[in-house]
Amino acid sequence: MKATGHYAEVKDVDPIAVLEQHTRDHIDHWVSKFPPDRKRSALIQGLMAAQEQNRGFLTDTLITATAKYLDLPAVWAYEVASFYSMFETVPVGRNNVAVCTNISCWLNGANDIVRHCEGKLGIRTGESTADGRIYLKREEECLAACCGAPMMVVNGHYHENLTTAKVDEILDGLK
Amino acid sequence: MSAQPANNTAPDLVNIEIDGRSLQVPKGSMIIHAADAAGIPIPRFCYHRKLPIAANCRMCLVEIEKMPKPAPACATPVGEGMKVFTRSDKALKSQRNVMEFLLINHPLDCPICDQGGECELQDVSLGYGRSVSRYNERKRTVSDEDLGPLVATEMTRCIQCTRCVRFTSEIAGTYELGGMSRGEDLEIGTYIGKTIESELSGNIIDVCPVGALTNKPFQFKARAWELIARPSVGYHDALGSNLWLHSRRGEVLRTVPRDNENINECWLSDRDRYSHQGLYADDRLKAPMVKRNGAWATTTWDDALAVAAEALKKTPGADLGILAHGATTNEEGDLLVRLARGLGSAHLDHRLRQLDFADNATATPFALPVSQLDKVKSALLVGSALRHEMPLLNHRLRQAVKKGAKVYAVNPVHFDFNYPLAGEAVAAPHALVAELLTLARAAVDDGAAAPGALADAINGVKADDDVRAAYATLKGGDAVVILGEAAALHPQASWLRAVAKFIAAAADAAYNEIPVGANAVGLARVGVLPGNGGLDARAMLSQPRKAYLLYGIEPQHDFADGAAAFSALDNAQAVVACSAYASKSLLEVASVILPIALAPENDGSLTNVDGLEQAIAAGAKAPGEGRPGWKVLRALGGTLAVPGFEFDDLAGLRSAIGERTANPRAMLADLTAKQGSGLTRIATLPIYRSDAVLRRATALAAHPLNREPAVYLHADDAKAAGLADGDTVRVGSSDPLPVVVSGAVPAGAAWIEAGHDETAMLPPYGAALTLSKA
Repeated sequence: MKATGHYAEVKDVDPIAVLEQHTRDHIDHWVSKFPPDRKRSALIQGLMAAQEQNRGFLTDTLITATAKYLDLPAVWAYEVASFYSMFETVPVGRNNVAVCTNISCWLNGANDIVRHCEGKLGIRTGESTADGRIYLKREEECLAACCGAPMMVVNGHYHENLTTAKVDEILDGLK
Repeated sequence: MSAQPANNTAPDLVNIEIDGRSLQVPKGSMIIHAADAAGIPIPRFCYHRKLPIAANCRMCLVEIEKMPKPAPACATPVGEGMKVFTRSDKALKSQRNVMEFLLINHPLDCPICDQGGECELQDVSLGYGRSVSRYNERKRTVSDEDLGPLVATEMTRCIQCTRCVRFTSEIAGTYELGGMSRGEDLEIGTYIGKTIESELSGNIIDVCPVGALTNKPFQFKARAWELIARPSVGYHDALGSNLWLHSRRGEVLRTVPRDNENINECWLSDRDRYSHQGLYADDRLKAPMVKRNGAWATTTWDDALAVAAEALKKTPGADLGILAHGATTNEEGDLLVRLARGLGSAHLDHRLRQLDFADNATATPFALPVSQLDKVKSALLVGSALRHEMPLLNHRLRQAVKKGAKVYAVNPVHFDFNYPLAGEAVAAPHALVAELLTLARAAVDDGAAAPGALADAINGVKADDDVRAAYATLKGGDAVVILGEAAALHPQASWLRAVAKFIAAAADAAYNEIPVGANAVGLARVGVLPGNGGLDARAMLSQPRKAYLLYGIEPQHDFADGAAAFSALDNAQAVVACSAYASKSLLEVASVILPIALAPENDGSLTNVDGLEQAIAAGAKAPGEGRPGWKVLRALGGTLAVPGFEFDDLAGLRSAIGERTANPRAMLADLTAKQGSGLTRIATLPIYRSDAVLRRATALAAHPLNREPAVYLHADDAKAAGLADGDTVRVGSSDPLPVVVSGAVPAGAAWIEAGHDETAMLPPYGAALTLSKA
């Protein structure tokens, strides 16, 4: 990973200006669940809220603002944001579609589902449609829904026992 | 005889056995602590005795009896009866396997790596690894980051031990590096691409076990085996950090820390690490110089000494002023005292930056030693940008804060700290004494008896609840009051000192004053101070002498009032200068310059803040004809035939050094002195411009902590003067300086850092300034 080079933009970021009220409320809610000196525990949820506010991906400004809002060193937030595959740190489409390709889904035809999505949307996994509507996530690992394989997660919602027709219906329904 | 086995183990110790050796070690310590203490080698990369344990490199795997799998020695606590094997088949095999994994992605191109020859990975691989690599697949590469002018990166070589990450968070307190991404993609970096701005950043080079982080100014200059290491001492602050000078053929190529648990532990500030570049600046003097008929010419030592002696001899003692830089060694200082006596001059001083001489204060050793500072429960900083004044002392205080200590500050500027302050009062220089008095008032309200001289002033202020709470915390025990440079150089320093001392005494706290000058404590001891009826440094300039002897001084930068100093020296009939540099201002005022060695090239001793005298031997050679100062002074004293210069060598010189007592007065400056209208100047010394060597250290000059000269203003003052960020402004009739509107500056003040050519001639600290838009 090459450094993003956004230091000058983020060093004086004002979290109140960057994070919307709704996002801050969400973070406050999670902060209240932990002891006062353990704000770091709310970091993942804070970044989730910031990602949602920005419709699907995090910018360096958002990550830094979240850290600042939580009174944490910014580098802790960069570590978390770059660690978890649920955080997108480059611009992607606003609807996050992740097809599980781990063993149970794979045995039940996940590859066909992925191929169908790629053909239908005209993009490869890891890419977003040109209109920014859909981001097809690269290689999603097991999401603990093997009993309903093949499955996928769309914007955090589970869809199980997929068929190509069902996938069409779901994808067409995305705004 | 009883059959009972005798248990002679102390209650906090346990018995363990490492490689068949029985040891008693403290409960709760790790196997690696015990092994290190006993001198049993265990290979390691991520473990560092001063950093928190990470246990992520797995190199220190050892076999433990009754444990099915090998365990990391750095993260396995000792237990009673534990038997550890560091050299068993199982242990050696585990270590060899870990080594193989670590080398999978590490380039095997040591000949072109800057760390080659002093690399922990290389050494451990030789001792514990396989002799051939079995790995034929592609190795991963990592893109480099630009961490600034001090640290070079080659991140492909990184083995992710995270020592640098833990250093910036735990020791430097700046949290600038982290582990980005995960698994095979894990990379150490800043993510956003920034310069490491810590004042201790060079230490990440030392903790890095591989060639990922290396010394940028030293990059590809020399191999470790070409260098000679000589012990020396830092001379940019009075902490006296222990260090090694690594030199080749008499030239210092780099500086690394030398362990001293009581002073700098195993760290070194960037200031001490990178200043050696300044030794080889373009204007370094290589031969004596004499000004004849207004033209400078290099000359021989005999000629220059004769000219200097002639100039000094023909000036009556009462008309001769002798001024020495605060980093002058004890030996040189003592010779200056002998010279002053021999020439009949009582005008001798080293307190060049001091403005207030009412109490005739001289530097004194810390009441609370450096090694105890991380154990305090509370601290009060009076006028101190501690992080820049003494970086490693600030590190000690930060360790105390991490353990719960509360630090309060009364400062003329909202200085940057790498720990949260429990309370901070920022007041413009003219209001600083009044601000500090509120704490004294809290002490009096608490029942302390105010000294007579302070009583009226203390009764004139009120203490609010915050101030009372701060005082109560200080009174809670294990407290220290630290008086910093911004107070000691203040125009009402005698007041700040007296009030701070009163607060310390009332709260039963230790009183530590940061000495201004690396050897200020030592120079005060040997008596580089005005004699009977002698003038102090400031008076010597306001009542100009006919002749001056300057020792290690840059006239425009090293005095409190650059303009006053320059004019006094410029109007003198003769100025004899012993200096390492032919700086522009010195060439203008001096009549003869004798080139002297700088601290790393000198034999002598420096006395640190604890009052510890540290002898140093020359670790390099002064360029050209430059000579150690004590030899120059001996030759000068010999030429002048004054007594006290009969010694043959350094030992002879040292044996005659006696301690002289300083005479502080109980007087205070006039608090009611008329303040002119306009903003009060705050003058601080920037961290990388505090002496002549630093001002010439090129890598430090390129670091972001070395800011461009500017006038920092409070938003209200800027608005009232019709100024905005980015405007330029003249101070009096100065050249235009940029304006920076800053929340750090209190209203009524203008913060203009000293040490820049552009700011050298401005009115001093505490003076009223007139600003006009340029």
